[in-house]
Amino acid sequence: MSELTLTLIKLGFLALLWMFVLAVLSVIRSDLFGAKVDSRAAAATVPQNSRTPKAAKPVKKRKGLPGSVTIADGPQAGVGASLGDEPVIIGRGSDCQIRLDDDYSSTRHARLFLSEGQWWVEDLGSTNGTYLDGQRVTRPVPAEIGGSIRIGRTTLNIAK
Amino acid sequence: MSIASTSVIQIIPRTRRGVELLLLVIAIAVSVAAYVNIGVTVQNAVPASTGYYAAGIGLLALIAHLALRYRAPYADPVLLPCAVLLNGLGVAMIHRIDLGLAIVAEARGKVPKGPAAPQQITWTAVGVVLFLVVILVIRDHRRLQALTYTAGLAGLLLLVLPLIPGLGVNLNGARIWIRLAGMSFQPGEFAKICLVVFFAGYLVVKRDVLTLAGHRFLGLDLPRARDLGPIGIAWVVSLGVLVFESDLGSSLLFFGLFLFLLYVSTERAGWLIIGGLLFAGGAFFAYTTFGHVHRRVTDWLDPWAIDGGQVKLGLMGQSWGGILGRGLGQGHPEATLYAQSDMIISSFAEELGLTGLIAILLVYTLIIERGLRTALGCRDIFGKLIATGLAMSFALQVFVIVGGVTGLIPLTGLATPFMALGGTSLVANWAIIALLLRISDQARRPQTPAAPVSDDTIAMAVQKA
Repeated sequence: MSELTLTLIKLGFLALLWMFVLAVLSVIRSDLFGAKVDSRAAAATVPQNSRTPKAAKPVKKRKGLPGSVTIADGPQAGVGASLGDEPVIIGRGSDCQIRLDDDYSSTRHARLFLSEGQWWVEDLGSTNGTYLDGQRVTRPVPAEIGGSIRIGRTTLNIAK
Repeated sequence: MSIASTSVIQIIPRTRRGVELLLLVIAIAVSVAAYVNIGVTVQNAVPASTGYYAAGIGLLALIAHLALRYRAPYADPVLLPCAVLLNGLGVAMIHRIDLGLAIVAEARGKVPKGPAAPQQITWTAVGVVLFLVVILVIRDHRRLQALTYTAGLAGLLLLVLPLIPGLGVNLNGARIWIRLAGMSFQPGEFAKICLVVFFAGYLVVKRDVLTLAGHRFLGLDLPRARDLGPIGIAWVVSLGVLVFESDLGSSLLFFGLFLFLLYVSTERAGWLIIGGLLFAGGAFFAYTTFGHVHRRVTDWLDPWAIDGGQVKLGLMGQSWGGILGRGLGQGHPEATLYAQSDMIISSFAEELGLTGLIAILLVYTLIIERGLRTALGCRDIFGKLIATGLAMSFALQVFVIVGGVTGLIPLTGLATPFMALGGTSLVANWAIIALLLRISDQARRPQTPAAPVSDDTIAMAVQKA
């Protein structure tokens, strides 16, 4: 066999070997990228929803009751609960409807409840506090679509 | 209180089994290409056994893949293809050295030894069977925590097994093999897995004590003297392995593994310093006391002093390979002693060059990275520690053997994972990959929130208490 053929075979095999390595690297990259897409999609829904109550805030207040509350980022992204009639308790305890895996949250951290035709966020005497749209919750405050609740290091989005 | 109205909304995580299948196809294609390439350059024809080789590796990979599809659908998609590639390349290189040795034997008018490659393929099959057993039997790695002390005892027994007269055999200056029914095994390879389970289970319970108690000294958090017990025992055992079994590599691996897990679970750098000092002391003691350790070090400091030395021939092969290598089948890796086992990395460096060697090392790095990633994603501390331990055992092993072959550190006889000729090591590595995949399945699986507890249940629990 000619020297040229042997060299070509040699280089061809090395190229094939590297192709495998690069393929694996691209899979890992898209693994990370895939997680990013999810958080972006979650973030994209926020402005879309916040526009709705802004445009028709006085009229839609009754109709546009929040329908769900969902963790926005981190490994638990996507975990959440729908807001029916029953109150939803958020915290680290196993009796919470949304169970957080967050060292900075309390066992029973915060509560969402329906009263007077409206959903309210209430802090349940947590250590690190509950924040609705950046404001510390000291007494029950109304929860509206597009709002974000921060508990410890976790952010939850209120959506339709 | 009824909670029927609160349903859970979830983004469904991807299983990525299709990607795994694609990567497997590429891995098998690379292995078969290596096999054909060797046949074409050494024997001037596509070898007749190509079909068997491809079918064998393809079938084993497919079975493992199907097992994952049914029993661990969310497992990491990268680990299995990487393992298959390394195993396939290893078999191809062993086959290539078989051919080289046969040519040498023929030229000298001797009868060539039987080929080692078919034996390695048989062991691969055994390894995949163990892989299936681990995936099918261990449905939840947290069950292993109940076996903490059993695993520790089993690990110690496996370690001392080669010392039993009549059972253990002394091969190449190290007493780490046992002979059973005409075959030799290296129980230390399985002791490694048992000890990782033991260390993880032990540290889950003890890590708080090890982290919190202690005092600050020179800006370092030093542990209490009474908490030094476990690290002392690990040190004595690893030194015992070194003294009685003359096995430098395993001794380093066990102590390093324990030290890493101790550091990872307590997050205290003080342990690393204490361990490092203990290791340095032990290494110096071994260097001055034992002839074989002394020989390894002098061989490392001056490889050219010994005529036909293993390290010397390996380094010459690697330098002859250069950047792009001689090409598969065009070097002379068979000239090196133990070219199929200890020195297989140098055989690859000779024929694939630095370019190929870096690719192989990257595949090892990817396995280690995915192992550590699994540890990060895992939700329980026991699983985190096991995944870290298994990944670190891989990392240490690759570092020690590749470092030895390339002349960075003294050469010690640890098996190159998945590549080197040797049944026990291959089978044990398949078990390690299976365990990592099982934990990664748990880590990547969509999180199901705990079943909500009703007030009645709480009332009942309170009454019981």
